[in-house]
Amino acid sequence: MLENKINDLRKDKDLLLMPHLVLGYPSFGENAELIDTMVGAGAEIIEMQIPFSEPMSDGPVILKANDEALKKGANTTKCLDFAKETCAKYPDTIFVFMTYYNISFAYGISRFLEKALQAGIQGVIVPDLPHEEGEEFLFCCKEVGLSPIFIFTPTNTEERLKDVSQYCEGMVYCVGRKGVTGIKTQIDSSLDGLIKKYRKITNLPLALGFGIQDKNDIQTVTGKVDIAVIGTKILMIQQKEGIPAVGEFLKALRE
Amino acid sequence: MTKIKQGYYGQFGGKFIPEILWTNFDELIASYKAAKSNVSFWAEYESLMGSYSCRPTPLTYAQNLSEYLGGAQIYIKREDLNHTGAHKLNNVMGQGLLTKRMGKKRVIAETGAGQHGVATATMAAKFGFECEIYMGEIDVERQRPNVFWMEKLGAKINVVKDGTKTLKDAINAAFRDWIYSMDTTHYVLGTACGPYPFPEMVMWFQSIIGKEAKKQIMSVTGQLPDRVYACVGGGSNALGIFSGFLEDTDVELIGVEAGGKGIDSGKHAARFVSGAGEVGVAQGMKTMFLQDDEGQMRETHSVSAGLDYIGVSPILADLNEKKRVRFEVAIDDEVIEAVKLTIKKEGIIPALESAHAFAQVIKEAPDMRKDQTIIINQSGRGDKDIFIIADALGDKAWKEFIIEKAKVYCVGK
Repeated sequence: MLENKINDLRKDKDLLLMPHLVLGYPSFGENAELIDTMVGAGAEIIEMQIPFSEPMSDGPVILKANDEALKKGANTTKCLDFAKETCAKYPDTIFVFMTYYNISFAYGISRFLEKALQAGIQGVIVPDLPHEEGEEFLFCCKEVGLSPIFIFTPTNTEERLKDVSQYCEGMVYCVGRKGVTGIKTQIDSSLDGLIKKYRKITNLPLALGFGIQDKNDIQTVTGKVDIAVIGTKILMIQQKEGIPAVGEFLKALRE
Repeated sequence: MTKIKQGYYGQFGGKFIPEILWTNFDELIASYKAAKSNVSFWAEYESLMGSYSCRPTPLTYAQNLSEYLGGAQIYIKREDLNHTGAHKLNNVMGQGLLTKRMGKKRVIAETGAGQHGVATATMAAKFGFECEIYMGEIDVERQRPNVFWMEKLGAKINVVKDGTKTLKDAINAAFRDWIYSMDTTHYVLGTACGPYPFPEMVMWFQSIIGKEAKKQIMSVTGQLPDRVYACVGGGSNALGIFSGFLEDTDVELIGVEAGGKGIDSGKHAARFVSGAGEVGVAQGMKTMFLQDDEGQMRETHSVSAGLDYIGVSPILADLNEKKRVRFEVAIDDEVIEAVKLTIKKEGIIPALESAHAFAQVIKEAPDMRKDQTIIINQSGRGDKDIFIIADALGDKAWKEFIIEKAKVYCVGK
């Protein structure tokens, strides 16, 4: 399902944009405003992170947003309610969840996935869940009809990537370099080699997260991957310059 | 321990890691297995611990304390006599040897109380590794002497200001470092927690305690002990001594959790006894956590920083479920009393962590027969935590000394 939708969108566009936000940070009200801006600026896919107290693979900016969101009372129920309103409001935009495994585990995996689907979510990224540990999660995804999105990283062997790709649906979340979220990737020939390696393994759409800064970065990966993930940069712009600046930034990426 | 799949102990354990660390863990697991199946590795480890630390550590008969309590005969396994003053060094030196075998030149570690940080910095100095320690801001404030020593030993201290600013956040921060640095760096996790192979590997290095204790008690009394007590934070000292007696089902194993200000107060770190612990997944493992209904980790409390932790070893979670280990709880006030009594009766100063085990023995020993025996694992020594213990005892003269000392520094400025 998700895979087809992405492929359809790709027919008209060289590269899709997938900006990221942390739900409840700085508030659900501002999340709504931010999403409206993102959609208005042409974002095709939006990654919504449900905050967790132990965000192990996130860098300082997103980590702090997780902490703040929880302090302000964000919780899974509120995030699911917010997702439901938002998905209904923007039926042409694809929404996916990103969250650590304990969020779904504590809520009840099948209950969580069912609610996510009912809300209109189309895929779920769980950064601390290797497929080996995800037997129940994968089973429930299948039952419910949600795409489990797994991750390719530069340290993985080709054999491991093949293995991971078999469990992945919708898109593959590709990491451009070592390190937590928010570190800039050197966009050079080694990134090209990496993308080629990923592409050889799977026919699924590739979403690349690589610490994108500007239009040049976008041009470099256009035609090589399907989706550009924009995470930390969005948060930083929002914090420094406000929500309208995020819209300008996203628009400028494609000018 | 029945293993369902690799790294599982009953329903607990696993390896919940970011994909980027997968290859790194493959390498670590292979290195751990190779070391474990190589007899000469353990011999090298024992010999290192004999010459660099104080192994085998003695088993001390606590005659005065036994007579005072009027029940079972009490023996104390003296992990406090290890170099750097706690059982932590056992694990750290073992992982140091592994780091060498893997050809890595840099080590990182988390620390709560600072004991594991000091032990890791010590190991790094001896082996010539670069060393960085992650420590929560709150712990840095309450454990300044350990920070001082880590720095003198050449380690860089990274103050962690995220989340609750304590041990769990330091663990997350160390993982974040590792996600970037895994090619050159080994993460020396300090307790029998985290993703496989850490729980099992740390238990293996700490099993040196149980191996020695069993041999020692057999040579002194000619029989197995009736009960073995250990405090339980992450669980490494407990698993270390328990591992010597797991197969001996007549030996009762008692793990003592931190009751903090009392279970009803909510300010504790008792994952089993409080009934508030729930199965969850965080810090790379599935185990019992103190968390809220939606899976967010809660704040914990204990007078002893080393037991102040939200999770517990998955191996202990399984032993609890199988009822092989009985869990009890000691509250802060009981712990302080236990320290006072042990100092007075035996001239031994247990660390506040270890004193939890003593506190439980003080409750139970009087009801046991005189021909029964007990081993307490004294995981660490208390004298180097003088700032914490003096505060906990509310010592007036010490307070005045600190005030006077501070004045000297102010004038000196």
